Amino acid sequence: MVVSKDALYDAPAPRGRRGVHTLSVLVQNKPGVLARISGMFARRAFNIESLAVGPTENPEISRMTIVVKVQAKPLTQVVRQLDKLINVIHVEELHHSAVERELMLVKVSADAGIRSQILEIADIFRAKIVDVHPEAVTLEATGTPDKLDALTEVLRPYGIRELVQTGMVGISRGKHTIEDAYLSVVREEAEIEEAG
Amino acid sequence: MEFKTGQKISGAQSLIHSLEREGVKHVFGIPGGTILPAYDPLLDSSIRHILCRHEQGASHAADGYAQATGIPGVCFATSGPGATNLVTGLASAWMDSVPMVAVTGQVNTFAIGGDAFQEADVTGITIPVTKHNWLVMDPMDIPRVVQEAFYIATTGRPGPVLIDIPKDVLQATTEWWYPDAPDLPGYRPRTTGDPREVRRAAELIASARKPVVYAGGGIIKSFASDELREFVETTGIPAVTTLMARGVLPDSHELCLGMPGMHGNYTAVTSMQQADLLVAVGTRFDDRVTGKLASFAPNAKVIHVDIDPSEIGKNRQPDVGIVGNAKHVLRQLTAAVKVHEKQDLSPWIAQLREWQHKHPLRYPQASTNGQNIPQHVIETINNVTDGDAIYVSGVGQHQMWASQYIKFKHPNTWINSGGVGAMGYGTPAGMGAKVARPDKDVWVIDGDGCFQMTCQELATMTTENIPIKIGIMNNAYLGMVRQWQELFYDGRFSEIYLTQDVPDYVKLAEAYGAIGLRADTPEDVEPVIEKAQSITDRTVVIDFRCDPSEKCYPMVPAAASNDDIIMDPRFEPEDD
Repeated sequence: MVVSKDALYDAPAPRGRRGVHTLSVLVQNKPGVLARISGMFARRAFNIESLAVGPTENPEISRMTIVVKVQAKPLTQVVRQLDKLINVIHVEELHHSAVERELMLVKVSADAGIRSQILEIADIFRAKIVDVHPEAVTLEATGTPDKLDALTEVLRPYGIRELVQTGMVGISRGKHTIEDAYLSVVREEAEIEEAG
Repeated sequence: MEFKTGQKISGAQSLIHSLEREGVKHVFGIPGGTILPAYDPLLDSSIRHILCRHEQGASHAADGYAQATGIPGVCFATSGPGATNLVTGLASAWMDSVPMVAVTGQVNTFAIGGDAFQEADVTGITIPVTKHNWLVMDPMDIPRVVQEAFYIATTGRPGPVLIDIPKDVLQATTEWWYPDAPDLPGYRPRTTGDPREVRRAAELIASARKPVVYAGGGIIKSFASDELREFVETTGIPAVTTLMARGVLPDSHELCLGMPGMHGNYTAVTSMQQADLLVAVGTRFDDRVTGKLASFAPNAKVIHVDIDPSEIGKNRQPDVGIVGNAKHVLRQLTAAVKVHEKQDLSPWIAQLREWQHKHPLRYPQASTNGQNIPQHVIETINNVTDGDAIYVSGVGQHQMWASQYIKFKHPNTWINSGGVGAMGYGTPAGMGAKVARPDKDVWVIDGDGCFQMTCQELATMTTENIPIKIGIMNNAYLGMVRQWQELFYDGRFSEIYLTQDVPDYVKLAEAYGAIGLRADTPEDVEPVIEKAQSITDRTVVIDFRCDPSEKCYPMVPAAASNDDIIMDPRFEPEDD
């Protein structure tokens, strides 16, 4: 489920790491929108832990997943400053129950003698072997940051030659969509305008 | 200029006609290589272009034009240095929420990114100082972008926008069309406050014993001075008017406490410190108002009304936050408080009157060197013009004295660069204000440091016949810096001396075709102001020779608590 942004005032951190929040952001698919968002974070002294952007089911709209670390400034400020950007259509915090995934590619030293151990680890973490060389194996793994951290730690003793990772992407559980949340905010705003 | 839908025209014609469609009457600008195509259809347009002498001047003129009227100011510049010269003006308009549309030329689409001659990433540079900006790569987008630009600049929290158009897009053939209405799914400005929050606010207002209205520039931006007056008169709650809101309630009104903040008067500052409720409307808890935030209005509950949701809770967490336009929300609040019994505020008002009596704004009768006291000069300008002119300032001591000693009667008659504090703002902004309001006298109260930064616009005023009055408080120094060095750096004066005689301001004015006058001593002040008032066909520059030692009081040192307000040490509090 998604929570209304107005309920976020000084909300406790939803996960173990205090002050870390995942924001799902619908933006117009326009040139420069990433620069507007990353620039806003920089000049307002907000911390981005990771940012992932890609297309959605609607070609005019892109979706960003931004993991932010909130210290002195409350999350509400981050959400409202994002919302203030003209190209930003909607901002939603992902609840801790949401599905959140990162993708990692990691190249591990592994000669013929070691390779079977790496394959076993890959199996445990449901990682895929995407490349094999006489002296190295490359794994592809997806999962939560915790899972990928654990995999990295298990592989470390074998010698990690190279590691690359995406930012997190996330989606809420259940039948409701971010568009539903957006429409409900628009409806609520319209009701206030009418009531006044 | 009139085109039929589908008619083949150039991108430049489409631009100029789109501006006409948005009601543009005046543009401040300077042509150059890449914006050149846009200057050709200007010859066929009803728009009056005012040829400035520096793009910074054009940007401040557009700002002054907008602050005097609420009508968006428009400025043009060419690519590269022309556009970068607008940046200070955009930053000032951004911080002060002034509606403004800047149009800049850009190098040809195929040359972008190749470090071409006079290329600069102007949309990139101006993202942080505009409400939005556009790089137009297709001439068919020009009408849509112009419409969106004016819509965004003037609605919600107003602000500057910038449209960057490559030269080949201006030259290309396109078809005329105009969209019905902007389609911006991510931009939904709010007007009406949430009625539940309004009711909660009314309850707080009804139970307050020491309330103060903290009235900000947003009330001027939403043309809500009548609604503010009705609110304060209905509730009996006195109001402070911030630097951006001077004139929103007349200074002569019995419930107007004047300006709060770093150089605010004692009563305005202390009323907020002692208040049990602040009704903050269209204001942003700026550090120059709050002083040290942690000790600002420590016992006050806060109602914060702002059209920009991100302002609510940005600096001070309110007890009730209301998102909406000041005009609508003040009407809602006035209606909502009427259901409650009115509090007896007379003990609070009596306290305020006592402070006003004990700690008035004051300056000495005579200066230390026989020259003018700047406060006296400004007060005399106010008296001679009877508060009916438009007053514009630069940034520094003279700005603070003007905001203290002009007795404002109307909104939109006090124009300054409040948030960014851009020195050099006054002279071009005064020019812009006069273009917008030719029926009004415009008085720029400037400093000698400020004036020298943008005085080239005197040439524009003479050639374009824009007659204003510019009074330079010539104290030979960067006065506010001098004041800080005297108070906070043990009087170790470093790089602040400008001299009173270079340039010779009278000769400089004459060289530009303006009238130059000088007032050496207090006896000269009133006659010279009267003389300036009598000259209506040319700009008048007055060199008021001022005592450099005069400091601006009261003063709350930067980052200090407002409780530690420093009063002018030359005066004792008045007796009871």
